[in-house]
Amino acid sequence: MDSVKKKKKSFAWFKSKTAIIFYTVVAIFFAMFFVVPTVVTIADSFMSETEITANYGSVFPDKKSNSYISKSIKIKIIPDKVTFDQYIEVLFKNSQYLLKFWNSVILTVPITIFQLVIASFTAYGFSRCRGKLKEIIFFAYVIINLMPYQVTLVPNYLVCDKLGILDTRWAVLLPGIFSPFAVFLLTKVMRRIPSAYIEAAKLDGAGEWRIFTMVFMPMCKSSLVSVGMLVFIDYWNMVEQPLILMKDSTKYPLSVFLSEINSGDIALAFAVATIYMIPTLLMFLIGEEALVEGIAYSGGIKG
Amino acid sequence: MEQAKALKTKEKTQEKKHQRTKAEKKELLFSWLCLVPSIIGILIFFVAPFVVVGKYSVIDNVISNNFVGLENFKKLFENNAFKIAAKNTGVFTAIAIPLAIVFSLLLALLLDKKIPLKSQLRTCFLCPLMVPVASVVLVWQVIFSYHGALNDTLEKYGIASIDWLNSKWAIGVVTIMFLWKTLGYNMILFMSALNNMPMDLIEVADLEGASRMYKFFKIRLRYLSPTIVFVLLFSLINSFKIFREVFLITGGYPSTELYMLQHFMNNTFESLDYQKLSAAAVVLALAMIVIIGIVFALENKFGSDVEE
Repeated sequence: MDSVKKKKKSFAWFKSKTAIIFYTVVAIFFAMFFVVPTVVTIADSFMSETEITANYGSVFPDKKSNSYISKSIKIKIIPDKVTFDQYIEVLFKNSQYLLKFWNSVILTVPITIFQLVIASFTAYGFSRCRGKLKEIIFFAYVIINLMPYQVTLVPNYLVCDKLGILDTRWAVLLPGIFSPFAVFLLTKVMRRIPSAYIEAAKLDGAGEWRIFTMVFMPMCKSSLVSVGMLVFIDYWNMVEQPLILMKDSTKYPLSVFLSEINSGDIALAFAVATIYMIPTLLMFLIGEEALVEGIAYSGGIKG
Repeated sequence: MEQAKALKTKEKTQEKKHQRTKAEKKELLFSWLCLVPSIIGILIFFVAPFVVVGKYSVIDNVISNNFVGLENFKKLFENNAFKIAAKNTGVFTAIAIPLAIVFSLLLALLLDKKIPLKSQLRTCFLCPLMVPVASVVLVWQVIFSYHGALNDTLEKYGIASIDWLNSKWAIGVVTIMFLWKTLGYNMILFMSALNNMPMDLIEVADLEGASRMYKFFKIRLRYLSPTIVFVLLFSLINSFKIFREVFLITGGYPSTELYMLQHFMNNTFESLDYQKLSAAAVVLALAMIVIIGIVFALENKFGSDVEE
C-alpha cells in the first residue's frame, strides 16, 4: 500500500489546482480558435463598406479601381460604426441574393424531410425480423454510405442523364433523398430499442403500423432531430452536386454563389455569409443536446 | 428483384424452421415492405449506375462498345493530372487524419477534467460543424492570403511572407480548415466513449498500484480503440469533403499543390471523358473498399472484447 501512496503523490500535480487552471486556459485558447472565424464574419457584416475595404484592402481588390488599396490588414471584432447598409442591400435592394438563398432552401429542405421519412421506414425494416439477407443488404448500405461523393457522383450523373432530369433540381433532389446516411444512423438507434417494448405493445393488441408509429417513432425523436440537423448542414453546404448535375447557374444554391461574390462586393459578402449561417446556427443553438446525443450514437461501425 | 429474393429466402427458412404463425408472417412482410422504397431508390441511383460505370471503365467508347480490358486504367495511371491529384490527396489524408484523431482525443480528455465552463467550451468546439463552409471561407482568405493577416503578423516578427495557398504550405492550410470543421464531431465521439469507460476497472488498477501511464495506455486507450477506429474511418470520409473549402477559395483550377482527386474528377466531367472518369471512380471505389475492409478487420480485432 505504501508504494501506491507514493505513486499517487508523484502524480498529484495532474489533479492539483494549478493543473485545473492550466487545463482551463488551454481549453479556452483552443475554443477561441474555433469561434473566432464565425464571430469575425458576423462582426464584419455590420461594418460599412469603407471600413471593410480599409481593413482588408490588401486581400481583396477595391471594387472601383480594382487594385489593392492598402498594404496591411486589420481584423477587428468591434466595428467603428455599426451599420445595416449591407443587410438592407441584400434583403431589399438586390433580389439575387435572396433568390440564391431560396435555391438553397428548395434543395435542402425537401432532401432533409424526405430522407428522414424514407429512412425511418427503412431503419424500421432493418431493425425488425432480422435475418441474414437483411444483414447483407444493410452492409451494402454501410459501404455506399462510406463512399465519397466523387465515386457516387459519376453514377448519379449517368442515371440523371438517362432519366432526363439532368440540369433540373430533381438531379440533386432524388439522389439526396435516397442517400443512405440517415438509414445508417437510425437503424443503429432502432436496434437498441429493447424488445420488451415491442412485446408489451403486441400484448396490448398493437399491429405493426402501431408499433412503428406509437413505439419506435417517439423513442427515436431526439435521434431524428440530430440526424435531420446533420443531413441539413451537409446539403446546405453542397458544392459538388450542383456544379456537376446542374448547368444553369441561376439555380445554384448560395453555397456555390458566395464564392463568386467574394472578389467584388466583399462587404456585401460578409452580410450574405452571415444570413447564410443563421438557419444552421439557430438549429445548433436550439438542438445542441439532441445533436450531441445523436453524434454519440453514431460511433461504431456496425449496428 | 429484391422482393423475389426475399420471398425465396423466406420460403427456405420456413422449410428449415418451424411453420411461422400468421402474426409472425405479417410482421416479416411488413418489415420487408418498409425496405422496398429505399431499396428501389438505392438500386436506381447508386447500384445500377455503378454497374454501368464499371462497364464504361473497360470499353473504348460509348458508341463502339469495344472491350479494351485494363487499357483505361493504364492510361489513367499514366495521366499526369491524375498522378498529382492522387499524390496530393494521399499526402493530405496522411497528415490530416492522424492529427484529427490525436487532437480530438486531447480535446475530449481536456473536457473530461474537472474544469469550469465545460458545456460552453463544448459548444465552442462543436459550433464549426454547423457553420456553413461558404460562410467562413472569407475569413480563411483574410487570414491566409499573401497579404493576409498571418503574413502581416509574421512580418512584424521579421519572418518573410509565405504564399500559403500556392506553395508546399497549402496542404497545411487545408489541414487547419479540416481540423477546424471536424474536431468537434470526433471529440463528442471520444467523450461518449470516455463516459462509458468501466470505472471499476480503473479503480481496480488504482488498488493494484498501476502507474498513470499503464492506466492510460493499457486500459483507457484499449477501451477507446474501437472509437479510434471509427473516428479514423469517419475522418477519412470527411477528408474528401475538404474539396468544398478548396473550391470556394481557389476555384476549379488551384495551384498544383492543392490539385486534389476531386478537382481531377470535376474537370474530367467538364470534358465528358466517360472512360477516364469511370476508371477513376472505379479506382477510388476499390481503394475505399480496401481501406474499409482493413478498418473493419481492425474493429473486429480491437472491438471484440470491449463491446458492451
